[in-house]
Amino acid sequence: MRITQGCFSFLPDLTDTQIASQISYCLDQDWAVAIEFTDDPHPRNTYWNMWGLPMFDLRDPAGVLGELKACREANPETYIRINAFDSTKGWETVRMSFIVQRPTAEPGFRVIRQETRGRNLRYTMESYAVGRNPEGARYGA
Amino acid sequence: MNALEKAPARIDLGAEFCDAGIGEVLESLERDLVGLAPVKRRVREIAALLLVDRVRQRLGLATEHPSLHMSFTGNPGTGKTTVAMRMAEILHRLGYCRRGHVVAVTRDDLVGQYIGHTAPKTKDVLKRAMGGVLFIDEAYYLYRPENEKDYGQEAIEILLQVMENQRDDLVVILAGYADRMERFFESNPGMKSRIAHHVDFPDYSNDELGEIARRMLASWNYRFDDGARRAFDEYIVLRRRQSHFANARSVRNALDRMRLRQALRLFESGATVDAEALTTITESDVRASRHFQQAEEAG
Repeated sequence: MRITQGCFSFLPDLTDTQIASQISYCLDQDWAVAIEFTDDPHPRNTYWNMWGLPMFDLRDPAGVLGELKACREANPETYIRINAFDSTKGWETVRMSFIVQRPTAEPGFRVIRQETRGRNLRYTMESYAVGRNPEGARYGA
Repeated sequence: MNALEKAPARIDLGAEFCDAGIGEVLESLERDLVGLAPVKRRVREIAALLLVDRVRQRLGLATEHPSLHMSFTGNPGTGKTTVAMRMAEILHRLGYCRRGHVVAVTRDDLVGQYIGHTAPKTKDVLKRAMGGVLFIDEAYYLYRPENEKDYGQEAIEILLQVMENQRDDLVVILAGYADRMERFFESNPGMKSRIAHHVDFPDYSNDELGEIARRMLASWNYRFDDGARRAFDEYIVLRRRQSHFANARSVRNALDRMRLRQALRLFESGATVDAEALTTITESDVRASRHFQQAEEAG
């Protein structure tokens, strides 16, 4: 099951040229671009691992793409996303976030139904991949 | 021959030149910068080469992506940084540089203080300069032969790698004194071979410095009166004999001090002032310089 989080996630995966032009847009808005990766893609897991610090003062996407390449080499078979942070007063938040790498196989999530008092049900979600193996060995061979 | 037959039509170089908009940049270079004839000529040559290359590409004549890394050599205050800015503009207009900004750094911005500090620092600067021009002032300080544990070498290696592999993303301009740059290149042949254009900046003549001073003043809304103009020409001659003479930069500093003296003179006179008095630097403001007194004592 293909995970859909952030911008463009219902589209086919972006090519590097498309990623570069999206980053270029972010830089034109004066947003700081950061790279993050994780192998726990639960929608409530907002804290992914940072790949280096957010990149302030960049003017051109080539710098980000270089880091992205390094991150992909160091973390194959993980999810990698690019965040663009807007530091303008009043915003001070991530304005754009999109996935730029996903594992080859995404087993997806299952719904867990928990019976509670009075025959009520509590629903929650669990990732097959995360439940099966410890961190670092969840995706890929 | 085949490539030529397939060519669309004749291309008007003049129109191409206008379209690129580099005419204005070259013209303003010619107009705004005093002297520097050989530099202007080199910049023109480089611009022409790039323009012709672009046209050749359109006609389907294969060309190697030209190497654009440059070294600017010359004494301090001869306009290296200013020309680097214009160069970035030209490269940008011709499409050899995506953003056309200039990131000016020195050794301190590239080389770290302890093991493992240099690589991230250098890479960070390179990332910032991507799509533009990286201007490394006094580049020879990167290499310290007397200390073999110096981290400068590490920075040089990272630089070389990027200069070779990401020629489309970044143009590096090294700047510094001619003789020390020459020694730097001798000990780093890899660096020398990757730099295509060497531009030498000559010192300004006394007349040119006088002209520069007048233009600087005009841009700050000041002017010399006749006596001050003559005095300043004498001042340049005297100043040039002293040590640490830095061409246009020395002129700029001298003018700053003259503005101070003018302000003090007006302030202490206590009289009412008009625009005329506020904009005029008089002979006495110039002649109060210590270089005149020193010359008097010596002579």
